[in-house]
Amino acid sequence: MDLLQQKQSEALGIIQNPTLTHEQTMMALAKAGENLLDTPGVPEEYYQLAQAGMICDLKEGHAPYSPRYILPDYEKFFRQGSAFLRLDPPKNLHEAITSLLILYPHVPSVTHFPVYIGRIDKLLEPFITDEAEAKTLIKGFLLQIDRTVTDSFCHGNIGPEATRAGRIILECERELQNSTPNLTLLYDPAVTPDDFAIECAAAALDCAKPSFANHQMFLSELGENYGVASCYNGLPVAGGAYTLTRLILSKIAESASSKADFLERALPNTVDVMCRFMDAKIKFLVEETPFFRCNFLVKEGLIHRERFNGLFGMVGLCECVNTLMKLEGKEDRFGHSHEADALGVEIMNRIKAQVDAHKNPYCEFWNGSFMLHAQVGIETDKGTSPGTRIAIGEEIPLYDHLRQAGLFHKYFPSGTGDIFPFDSTSARNPAAILDIIKGSFQVGIRYFSTYSSDSDVIRITGYLVKKSDIAKLEQNQQVVNDTVALGMGAVHNSHILDRKVRSL
Amino acid sequence: MIAPVNKIIDHSVVDGDGNRTAIFFQGCPFHCTYCHNPETICLCRHCGSCVSHCPTGALRLEEGRVVWEESLCVGCDSCLKACPYTSSPKVRELTVEQVLEQIDRNRPFIRGITCSGGECTLYAGFMTELFTRTRERGLTNLIDSNGTLDFSQADALMAVTDGVMLDLKCFDREAHIRLTGRDNDLVLQNALWLAGQGKLPEIRTVVIPGVLPNEETVEEVCKLLAPYQKVAPIRYKLIKFRPWGVREAYKSYPVPDDALMERLRAAAQSYGFNDLVVV
Repeated sequence: MDLLQQKQSEALGIIQNPTLTHEQTMMALAKAGENLLDTPGVPEEYYQLAQAGMICDLKEGHAPYSPRYILPDYEKFFRQGSAFLRLDPPKNLHEAITSLLILYPHVPSVTHFPVYIGRIDKLLEPFITDEAEAKTLIKGFLLQIDRTVTDSFCHGNIGPEATRAGRIILECERELQNSTPNLTLLYDPAVTPDDFAIECAAAALDCAKPSFANHQMFLSELGENYGVASCYNGLPVAGGAYTLTRLILSKIAESASSKADFLERALPNTVDVMCRFMDAKIKFLVEETPFFRCNFLVKEGLIHRERFNGLFGMVGLCECVNTLMKLEGKEDRFGHSHEADALGVEIMNRIKAQVDAHKNPYCEFWNGSFMLHAQVGIETDKGTSPGTRIAIGEEIPLYDHLRQAGLFHKYFPSGTGDIFPFDSTSARNPAAILDIIKGSFQVGIRYFSTYSSDSDVIRITGYLVKKSDIAKLEQNQQVVNDTVALGMGAVHNSHILDRKVRSL
Repeated sequence: MIAPVNKIIDHSVVDGDGNRTAIFFQGCPFHCTYCHNPETICLCRHCGSCVSHCPTGALRLEEGRVVWEESLCVGCDSCLKACPYTSSPKVRELTVEQVLEQIDRNRPFIRGITCSGGECTLYAGFMTELFTRTRERGLTNLIDSNGTLDFSQADALMAVTDGVMLDLKCFDREAHIRLTGRDNDLVLQNALWLAGQGKLPEIRTVVIPGVLPNEETVEEVCKLLAPYQKVAPIRYKLIKFRPWGVREAYKSYPVPDDALMERLRAAAQSYGFNDLVVV
């Protein structure tokens, strides 16, 4: 088959797929079109390493025409309105919500949906006069986001202070039981009152959100003006990420003949190629596309090119370590042995040193380097655990697990996280869950997610999906949210539903 | 100092506020018919009856004592069923230092510890030492008790105790004797004294329709303690009888229905008990 025929057959396959909604069909066709191009300047070795499954571009298009993640400065938008969208600054809650709902569809991303919708409690709080009315409006706001932003990588933030808006948002989410938007509490035990944090824990056990971000840790690295976007990605507000590419550490280890061969040859070689691959993509986006010159978000100062960065992702540290230990003739497993964990730390130190040493002219925000990112995996991953997580099925006792995970979270200012589901008894004592979260921050945890074993909304790897939607898709029925397909793949390939449920 | 410990649960959400490590001591002066863990009532007599019942060889008799090999144990509880004395061969004699070691492994994830049982106040001296050390670590200390220790006379222990969660099994004296083998004079005296000190965060009553005078107990207990709600709030936990773990002879006690639990809840509420938990 020649290339044209191949592309035609791909397009026809998309058009004829009965499980895709109109919108999903359109986006798949757009991606197929974009991928007729090749990214200029990609190093030759990249194709071989991608083919071997050691580097993965996460199906980002070959010709990126907008950044992967954008975090607009919504506060500034509220202050100045938008000339392009012909909007004045909002004067009341109704206008504030309308303005946001108008702006969101104009915020591009790799999925074409906004991955960051702002610190929604702080944005709306000043406009609340009547709490009953506010609840009606905010509930409609959240409902509209779920049904129109049909992709679960859309993320809102609340906290660290308790607000009326924050409490209303929690109340609404518990009633709505929706997967979108994803929600994070920027949690600082010294600032966030216990009663509000307990409400957040209760909501998380009820509807799998919010997650708890270690605000002090993010603050010390990214500064006050940051947000948590997409799955759990800490990024500068008024900026974002150009691209995210990932190392598949498990595969790289399989290609090595020994631990030394991995550390001295396979790993540094792959890191180097991936850095140069990311350079090529960023160069194309910044220099060859009009985005940073012409998009209204840039022109109106809602984002600044200098606040974007490249995200250097990785998955499969667990399987990588296990493979290397085996090559050394040892049975030690990641999470179960000090020696295996120490090797994990050594690998991370090596990656960090090499990535920090690589400079890209368009990564001013992070001192000219890419930011490390513990990627959460994709639906087709098999035998490769997200980021630095211990494999599902090999979990260790809760406190040991948190201490082990805490060894690795510090490496990932642009995001990492672990998920600890609890049984339904714990829902009666959310304060106990908060105790565990507070403790986890003390042992180095950056981001803590939970849900209860009987929730319908559950966290797949970073994003949320309704189990009832997966059941529908398994019956070949269309579902409004495109992330459900990813969730179904992860359930089948990564055994998400077998994750250890913690009993207290 | 040494005490017999039945088990330690590293994280518990049902033994007081927040996440706690719960230490279950062995031995209890009451012999409640409905006891859900009768194997905690008596100390092991080293009779050896259990040894032959262990399917994995985790138990053996050594110089007249039953020895439990924890690494071989699969937790099937065959030994507990075989014990003629409502005891357990799996009890460990632990020092304060050993218990602390396990507690320290659970920091910083817990806000405190709870001593339970059996009846932990049988080991008041041990607990006083343990609580002194945990308080130095910034942990809170709760006691889960049947009220057989006169707390008003236990100054050293109470000085390091944040609260006592007290079982109020029956208000009626005779019914209490029939259920537990002992009267409740000291139990009620303790309830009043602890409530007056603001150290009674929780009271509990197990409900068995037709067997225990549940309505009377709830009414009278609420009447007795209502005035102290203003000293410090008292949670009332109403517990449905369930046959799990209960000895064969008493397994057939009826389980209360939701309507009865709801009536008891309403009764307690009418006396100003607002923090009510039905489990």
